[in-house]
Amino acid sequence: MICVVDYGVGNIQAFLNVFKRLGVDARRADKPNALGGATRLVLPGVGHFDHAMQRLNDSGMRPRLEEMVLGASVPVVGVCVGMQMLSGGSEEGELSGLNWVPGRVRAFSNNDLSASLPMPHMGWNELNPNSGSKLFSQGFDDAPQFYFLHSYYFEAQDRQDVAATAHYGLDFDAVVSRGHIHGVQCHPEKSHHWGEQLLKNFVEL
Amino acid sequence: MLRPRIIPCLLVHQGGLVKTQGFKEPKYVGDPINAVRIFNEKEADELMVLDIDASVNGTEPDFELIAKLAAECRMPLCYGGGVTTAEQAARIVDLGVEKVAVSAAAIVDPALLTRMAAAVGRQSVVAVLDVRKRSGLFAKGYELVTHNAKKVHKLDPVTVAAELQAAGAGEIVINSVDRDGVMQGYDLELASHVKRVLKVPVTFLGGAGSLADLGELIQRLGVVGAAAGSLFVFKGKYRAVLINYPTPAQKKQLCRDALKR
Repeated sequence: MICVVDYGVGNIQAFLNVFKRLGVDARRADKPNALGGATRLVLPGVGHFDHAMQRLNDSGMRPRLEEMVLGASVPVVGVCVGMQMLSGGSEEGELSGLNWVPGRVRAFSNNDLSASLPMPHMGWNELNPNSGSKLFSQGFDDAPQFYFLHSYYFEAQDRQDVAATAHYGLDFDAVVSRGHIHGVQCHPEKSHHWGEQLLKNFVEL
Repeated sequence: MLRPRIIPCLLVHQGGLVKTQGFKEPKYVGDPINAVRIFNEKEADELMVLDIDASVNGTEPDFELIAKLAAECRMPLCYGGGVTTAEQAARIVDLGVEKVAVSAAAIVDPALLTRMAAAVGRQSVVAVLDVRKRSGLFAKGYELVTHNAKKVHKLDPVTVAAELQAAGAGEIVINSVDRDGVMQGYDLELASHVKRVLKVPVTFLGGAGSLADLGELIQRLGVVGAAAGSLFVFKGKYRAVLINYPTPAQKKQLCRDALKR
């Protein structure tokens, strides 16, 4: 059973809709007890980094999530700001991240290569998966297209954790995988057959 | 590379989908949920659904309809119509919608966008500006209208667009009233003027009658949102209702040709 972590930030319903179409048992979890029995976790997130971190910290679910992910190795995928929260911290805010995947979140506006581009990075862009990435192991042909909507990007400290990059002024780490911990900057829940395939691969890991 | 977005814009009126001309004469074109299903199959880039009754009637957004649309929609969805508070925006996002559009309420109170951005994040806040060419003997430039073009604001649309961007909009949609339903091309002059002053993504709506019109907009302005109503719901000169959207191959070709310099 998949739990989509509902700490008050993000589009929970969109994930439940996809899992329903895929015929996968999934539910919303908004308190520690509700996480019981989860074999997979989805950590969504939108908006400001600190706001999202604060809400997660206040939700009471963080200790339980850390126990599940770090202790029991339950696979997890963070999406959008949920991916950024896997890092140590973000240029967008002051709070520490979960620090599950070593890295920092950078602002496109602080990089000369992307500073002059329209912000947020909004729309369909191509992912370039690295060979061997489990999230792309099945059902992907050339040039998968995904929907992006963000102004900050993950910069993985350990390059081996990078599962796919995308290009917006610069090549940035759009998908990271560190063992059973995954992060996806784009929105698989709204990326047609490409997104469904990625979530299917996550479920079948 | 980031692609231009090609966006069907659907208008909801009395529970059904309609298409207008010059913001008037709503013609019934079908059921909203059915249309969303067809655009799912065609893998549209994004969908914009505007309830054209809510602001005019002063009613709240129809949350039940929004929930149904969001549950069906497999692409990013932008909803607009009747939103006046950040709480409503948060509720709409929680129903599974990516972006919430406001027009009339934000023009009166730009700080609404700031509150919405705090609640749902700037990336989910869209400001829609309905723009019309000034009419009259010595009239020049454009004016801003709301409430289905029944209310005129003595404000310069481009200045307002920049203000709304500063207030918290993550995207600006420019909707040309004169071109609505005309299907003879976008107002490229207005579009280039707006694009020059804005830093957030911009989407243009009003006037597209063919894929070539979309191509022309993209060629002129680069990676922008190209939205259309009539183009994606009508076929042929008799405006027979037929929901349509370019195939992935057509879309790829269109963007490639338009961005070739």
